Amino acid sequence: MNQTIVFLAASLACGAVLADEIRDYRAEAAAMLKRDFKTKGIATADRLHEDGVQAICNRTSDHPPKAVAERLEKDQLDGVRYPADGKLMGDWKAGEKLAQSGRGMTWSDKAGVPGGGNCYNCHQIGPQETSFGTIGTSLYQYGKLRGNTPETQKYTYAKIWNAKAFNLCSAMPRFGHAGALTEAQIKDLVALLLDPQSPVNSK
Amino acid sequence: MKQRLSTLLVAAAMSAAFAVHAQQPVKKPVPPPAKAAASAKQGGITAEFEKFREVLEEDNPAELFEARGEDIWKHKKGPDGASMAQCDLGLGAGVVKGAYVQMPRWFADVGQVMDAERRVVHCMVKYLGYKEEDIRKQPFSNVNKTPDHVSVITYVAGQSRNLKIAAPQKHPKEKETYEIGKEIFAYRAGPYDFSCATCHGEDGKRIRTQDLPNLRKPDQAIRAYQGWPGYRMTGGFMLTQQWRMNDCFRQQRFPEPGYLSDSITALLAYMTATANGQVYKGPGIKR
Ligand code: HEC
Ligand code: HEC
Repeated sequence: MNQTIVFLAASLACGAVLADEIRDYRAEAAAMLKRDFKTKGIATADRLHEDGVQAICNRTSDHPPKAVAERLEKDQLDGVRYPADGKLMGDWKAGEKLAQSGRGMTWSDKAGVPGGGNCYNCHQIGPQETSFGTIGTSLYQYGKLRGNTPETQKYTYAKIWNAKAFNLCSAMPRFGHAGALTEAQIKDLVALLLDPQSPVNSK
Repeated sequence: MKQRLSTLLVAAAMSAAFAVHAQQPVKKPVPPPAKAAASAKQGGITAEFEKFREVLEEDNPAELFEARGEDIWKHKKGPDGASMAQCDLGLGAGVVKGAYVQMPRWFADVGQVMDAERRVVHCMVKYLGYKEEDIRKQPFSNVNKTPDHVSVITYVAGQSRNLKIAAPQKHPKEKETYEIGKEIFAYRAGPYDFSCATCHGEDGKRIRTQDLPNLRKPDQAIRAYQGWPGYRMTGGFMLTQQWRMNDCFRQQRFPEPGYLSDSITALLAYMTATANGQVYKGPGIKR
């Protein structure tokens, strides 16, 4: 985390040089948002603050210098918490329900009610679901193509926990990191993608 | 709750600038559920909807709201006899024709860039005696009520039917508003790390079966304009661009933008100027 701050500071310093030459509309935009937006329900006003990763991606139009991206990806990966019992796969049926649900974290969602994964909003996953989004890649046959090995399980768990650990400015939310999904929920999603019984991997 | 409300109202009265951003702690209409989550099987529904829309567009129910808005614009008088004939939408007092497609724009009388909805509400407060805090209590339509200001906006929009979008970019403040809007569009934050660009930054993407326009491109930025204000078929009421922005911020997992706030004007200025030159077909139908 310390390193994150050092890199962030370095990058902000570069930004400051630029800001002298051209007007810093980005900073003006951030200030305007903070003035105009108010807490509603669980969507609190402090959500407008950028964390280190968001700040770097926002300042580089999602193309941070490679060295910075690698450094921050490593920080993000270091923060992934794996299940204590080492079991990374839960119940694929529960995973399918979670993948279907687009609930969670909006001001119309209730505090304390577990959210869904929003996965079908962006990904093709199971073969029966034809209403899927295309912001993410197709995950159909994911386990078939990758093999249900311990390494794949670990990668998949970590990817869902924190997509930015592998691709700093990914469009995909950091579900575990943000507290949007619990450990048990992420295990169910890993099972949806990797369990040989899951329809995702049917012939 | 009551006490907070009155404190806020006092504070709002004390400062006009604050009033514009004041958030009333009153019950807002419950936003419809995230469309993306609304149905797992939308393929067939989308096709049905498109067919239905074609039929309806011949005889657009939005015109009912236009007529209601026109009535308010032409006949309603304020407490001191003032009327909307004094309202300048940018082309001179009382001129409605072509005004909608030339906003957001700089208004010297208030020293602000305003989008159409903001300007219309401004005039209804100034000339017709509507109370801003009442309008803020229900800014958007729901099944029970399409507020007057929404009908007036629909009328004003209808008076720009088949005209070219021409949001001015001459005044330095208009350019500045555009630039800030462009940055807001790209600003990622919140628990999901979303910005507008996450969903509207690439060609040919979808959420579930809903096509997402790439709003950075002129030919697709028109979708921030085309068909808005829109008649919502599931419910039978009119929704404005301000509503669309509000609901997208909800899906973005952001806190709530102030109604008629600078941030929304900036976003609308950015998208509208990007769509400049294309023909606005008037209020439409949205699912
Ligand atoms: C807002 C869009 C979005 C949402 C929601 C989303 N993803 Fe993704 N996902 C992406 C994008 C874009 C990629 C590809 C870029 C990358 O790897 O970061 C991706 C990549 C992945 C990958 C890696 C694929 C590979 O080949 O390595 C997995 C696994 C994945 N997503 C699973 C999920 C699951 C499970 C969920 C729901 C909990 C989910 N995603 C929700 C956008 C999304
Ligand atoms: C998480 C996804 C998501 C985010 C983030 C998002 N939108 Fe949207 N947006 C949608 C969906 C879904 C629709 C509905 C598309 C439809 O009706 O077919 C939509 C519709 C729109 C439309 C109307 C398009 C039309 O054809 O009528 C505009 C304009 C728009 N969004 C602008 C924005 C802006 C500006 C932002 C940022 C403040 C934003 N959106 C953020 C998902 C999103």
